[in-house]
Parts: sequence; C-alpha cells; structure tokens
Amino acid sequence: MKKALKIVVLAKQVPDTRNVGKDAITPEGTVNRAALPAIFNPEDLNALELALRLKEQREGSKVYILSMGPQRAADIIREAMFRGADGGYLLSDRKFAGSDTLATSYALSCALRKIEADIIFAGRQAIDGDTAQVGPQVAQTLGLPQVTYAEEILHVEDSSIVVRRRLERGVEVVETPLPAVLTVNYSAPAVRPQNARLIMKYKHSMTSSEMRANEHSLSANLASARDYLQIVEWSASDIECDETQLGLAGSPTKVKDVQAVVFQSKESKRLTSSDEDVKELMVELMASHTLG
Amino acid sequence: MNNIFVYIEFSEGKIAEVSLELLTKGRELADKLGVKLEAVVIGSALDGVEKELAQYGADVVWVADDEIFSPFRSQPHASVMSGLIKAEQPQIVLFGATSVGRDFAPRVSAALRTGLTADCTQLEIGSHVDEESGKEYDNILYQIGPAFGGNVIATIITPDHRPQMATVREGVMRKQVAQSPAKGERREIAWRECISDADLAVKIISREIEERKINLKGANVIVAGGYGMGSKEGFKLCYDLAEVLGGEVGASRAAIDAGFCEHERMIGQTGVTVRPKLYVACGISGHVQHTAGMDESAKIISINSDPNAPIHKIADYAIVGDVGEVIPKMIKYYKQNSK
Ligand SMILES: Cc1cc2nc3c(=O)[nH]c(=O)nc-3n(C[C@H](O)[C@H](O)[C@H](O)COP(=O)(O)OP(=O)(O)OC[C@H]3O[C@@H](n4cnc5c(N)ncnc54)[C@H](O)[C@@H]3O)c2cc1C
Repeated sequence: MKKALKIVVLAKQVPDTRNVGKDAITPEGTVNRAALPAIFNPEDLNALELALRLKEQREGSKVYILSMGPQRAADIIREAMFRGADGGYLLSDRKFAGSDTLATSYALSCALRKIEADIIFAGRQAIDGDTAQVGPQVAQTLGLPQVTYAEEILHVEDSSIVVRRRLERGVEVVETPLPAVLTVNYSAPAVRPQNARLIMKYKHSMTSSEMRANEHSLSANLASARDYLQIVEWSASDIECDETQLGLAGSPTKVKDVQAVVFQSKESKRLTSSDEDVKELMVELMASHTLG
Repeated sequence: MNNIFVYIEFSEGKIAEVSLELLTKGRELADKLGVKLEAVVIGSALDGVEKELAQYGADVVWVADDEIFSPFRSQPHASVMSGLIKAEQPQIVLFGATSVGRDFAPRVSAALRTGLTADCTQLEIGSHVDEESGKEYDNILYQIGPAFGGNVIATIITPDHRPQMATVREGVMRKQVAQSPAKGERREIAWRECISDADLAVKIISREIEERKINLKGANVIVAGGYGMGSKEGFKLCYDLAEVLGGEVGASRAAIDAGFCEHERMIGQTGVTVRPKLYVACGISGHVQHTAGMDESAKIISINSDPNAPIHKIADYAIVGDVGEVIPKMIKYYKQNSK
C-alpha cells in the first residue's frame, strides 16, 4: 500500500484587484478594501486543484487549507471544502496584522511545523501584492526544497515527487524529495467547481470564534457535535512562535508612501474607421518616420 | 563593506539583459552613496564574464563557477548568495524580477531575515523620518513599484534591516555602458563553505528552453492583440499588420488565456515591458496590468470599438472602430503609400 499523504494548501483571501472601480482608491492613494469583493486568490485555486488531484492518486490522503487572515477568511476554507478539501486551519490574531511577506511566511511556517505536512502547495502569488515571495520564504524557513511555477504533477512516490514547471521561455521537469513546497502557476489546470454534495456536507462548518458568535444556532450546534465541521482556529500563542517576528513590528519592510495610479490622459487624436481617417493616419505616421 | 550588490543572471553563455540594466542603475546609486558596485555571478563556464560586467560599472565581480550551479536551482543559489552577503555585508542587493530572481531572492531574504520588495520599477536614495519614534534615516533605498494589482504605486523602505533588497523587472531600467570603465576585479566566492548536500537534493530531469525567437524588446513596432480580436483566426490580422509594418506581435493576457497566441508574447505586468516607437493596441481594453508594460511607448494607436475603453485615454491616435475593418485598411493604405 502506498503511503497516504497529508497535503496542505496555503491560501489567501484577497480583495479582487482585477476590477477596481474608482471608489476603491481614495484620493490619498489608499485602498478602500471594503469596496472590493473578497475572493479566493486565483492561483491558490490552481494550487488547490493540483492538491486535490494528488489526493485522488493516493488513497487515504487528505487536503487541508492553511490561511492567515481575519475571521471572514474562513469563507475561503469553506469554499475549498465545497470543492473537495477535508478541512482547514485559520491563523487569526491581531498580532498578525500588518505583516509583510517575511512576517507572514514566519507565522505560516510555525503553523506548518505543528501540522507536519508531507507536501505544501501555494499559489505562485496573490493578486493584492503580486510578490510571489511567501512560498519560497516558507520553504527556506522550514529548510525545505521548493518547486516554483509548478503546473503538473507527473509522478509521486512516498518520499519524492516529479513536477513540471513553467518558465518564462519553456518548461522544466524536476524531481524533489518530500516534504517540499510547490508554488503553482496559473497555467496549471483550473479548479474544479463546487460540489453540491460537499456543500450539503460542509455548509455548517465553522471556526471556534464563529461557533461562539452564533451560539445556539443550528450551525453552531451541528459544528460542535461533529469534528469534521470544525475549522481549526489558531492564535499566535497556539503556534509556538517568537512574537517579535509577527505583524507590523516583525516586518522588515515598511510602506512609506502610496499613490493612486493616474492615467495621464494624453492629447489623443480621435479617429473613426473611415477610409479617410485611416489613410490620413498612415500617411502621417510615414511622414513623421514613425513608420518606414 | 556596505557596497551595492547586483545578482547577475547568467545562463547558456549569456548575461541577462536585466542584469546589465541593474548594473547601470546600481552604478548610479553607488556613485550617489560613494560606495563600490559589486556583481555576483553564480553559474558555470564563467571565464571572462568580468570584462563585460566591468563595462557596465562593476568594480568587483564575485564568481562561483561550477557545474552544480547550472542549470539554475533555488537552494544552492540561495545558500551561496546568503553566505556571501553575510560575509560581505552589502547595504543594497538587487535581483532581476525574472523566473530565477523571483524564485531564489525570497529564500535569501528569509535566510537573512531581511526585507525584499518585488517588482520595483524605480529605485531612489532618500531619507525617512519614523513618525512614531522620530528616528531619522539618511541614504536609504526607496523601493518603488506597482502594488495592489497595479492600481497604486507604493514606496517601500527597509529602515532597520540590512541589506535592503529588491527585485526589478526586465526592461524598466535602461542599460548603459559606464562612462569610465570600472575595474571588474574578479574574486572567487568560497562557495563550498556555503552549501550542504541537502541543497542539491532537487534534480532537474529535463529542460526545454526555447530560443527567444520572439523579440518584443528589440522591436520598433509592436502590434498587440487583445481579447477583442475575437478568435485565434481573427488574431491573425495582428500578424498580417506586423508583417507589413516590419514589427513584432504582442498580446494581452486575456488573448493568451483564450489561446489566440503563445504565452511568450504577453505584454504587461506579468509579461514583458516594452517601449517601441509605435505600439498598436488592437481590441485591448487597457487594464492597468496591461498598460504597465507599454505606456512608455513613443506613440500609441488604439483600435477599440468601445469609445470609452481606457486604452483610448493613453493613445496618441484613438480609433473607435472594429478591428476587422480598421486593420485591413491600415495594411491597404500603408502599402499604397510606401514604395
Ligand atoms: C495579477 C494580474 C496580472 C496581470 N498581468 C497582465 C499582463 O501582464 N498583461 C495583460 O495584458 N493583462 C494582465 N492581466 C489581466 C488584465 O487585468 C486584463 O484582464 C487583460 O489585460 C484584459 O485583456 P484585453 O484587454 O485583451 O481583454 P478585455 O478586457 O476583455 O478587452 C477586450 C476589448 O476589446 C474590445 N473589442 C471587442 N471586440 C472588438 C472589435 N471587434 N473591434 C475592436 N475592439 C473590440 C472591447 O471593447 C474591449 O475593450 C493581469 C491580471 C492580474 C490580476
């Protein structure tokens, strides 16, 4: 029998920066996060899909989400469970607030030491920061190998895995011992849809804070009676960490200034698709030696 | 001590463009701070690299030259770089924001427990006063770049940790041979002391790297197609126009996701940054993630049927119309007038 794997997916709830309306950026250049929908970071969904595929290849394997964020980030853990994950861990504490990538990776690493995963997946990067740093920083902090830009798992053994990664100008196939950290590229397969049966099974899942806040509700009663509905919630004191390395104070980088991007409207010449307009344009470009 | 380090990406016998761009920037910063500029090359077959690096201003060239460093793997690179930084204590370390730099620079930052800012588009030396403590900082590195999905520009600093580290995208800084050549003194890194067997555990089984056939950076004219080209078939119009104008074809991410053309042609935040003489944006809406990679083009033509598409705002010539109609006309009138 092949060994069952304990698979962890690092996931983040992010504001949807892809469609930022005008009201989301204040005149001072700060971001009004409340004006944006909170979503499952897109590449973390690709990571979830690779994790679920791996789970299906190995009987008895389990996939857990690990996320750091405010209470409402439990939503993405539930979403992952509706797609096939078995449960999750939420790191939630004011002490984590204001963390840069290094402080974030430190907190995640401390939690991962407790979880003892065989393999750790993460999305390549999150759309609110686009740094792609947390995965490799976790790997370094835990002393693990990493495979970045992963797009397909080609083969898995009990103590090693073969992965195809997507580079700027091609592909590479690598073999790494386990445990390892894989960061998953958007070119990996898209995540499977939520499953009606799993929604029924997990819709009452909750963190302990949510159970407390909704005491005596149907969901809270169900969740407290059934272990599989409980999303593990950890604060800083639960993960055996050096608290000076957390949050704003534990972050080497500081934001000095933020400015909104203003489209510097140019003096555009408006043209139509008429023959005269297009002809005039081409003549002008050639006369000015922009062309030819 | 306290010099500026630039990591030099070297593969298949060539120095990456971005590394030379960073040396040019690094030289400027080093002169401002009155310190030396040092290049770090980790790879194999590195004989003579110091000559080219000296031309771009490197006073010192550190090398770790061995077959185990090529092709690139994260752990040996990170361990050697961290080891050298610990020994030499530079104040600033710069990396290209390529698939190599973005892979191992974060490991270096975690190993040294210092900050790293991704994808900077500007680097400056400045001062800072911490509002809470009143502490003053002089001559620190402003790491400036897009954040929050490209919707804002943030200035990041690393006040209390050293080195200050940043990755910088290819193509955003200009490369220039230094006015007076530097010495380029070659020094060997004591790399055997930095790496362990565990660093070599990842094995590369195969690699298929395509020669860069597509040369977006060198093109004077770029015809870029977006989702508005409608289909793979429709996208061919971009190739037709590029061929007639003697240009190269680029694309938006939406066009690439839809399978209209290959990934290497992506322009923008995730793709390449270009600044051609002429950029023709066909059926591209003009999201910031796209425009971040092309808004410094000398001249921009936008063709979009939506009069309110944001791309029209940054265009010199904004054509409100259907690509299927406009592009053939452009080809026709260009041919008519060129001879
Ligand atoms: C983290 C992140 C990184 C990203 N990086 C990049 C990047 O590097 N590069 C990039 O390009 N995008 C990037 N994107 C995606 C970006 O946000 C946009 O989704 C993308 O640029 C949109 O591409 P588009 O303009 O082709 O498509 P759309 O936004 O769908 O626009 C299509 C346009 O075509 C017009 N049109 C339709 N039919 C016609 C016609 N017949 N004739 C003329 N016009 C027509 C429409 O009016 C519309 O304006 C990134 C997104 C994220 C979240």
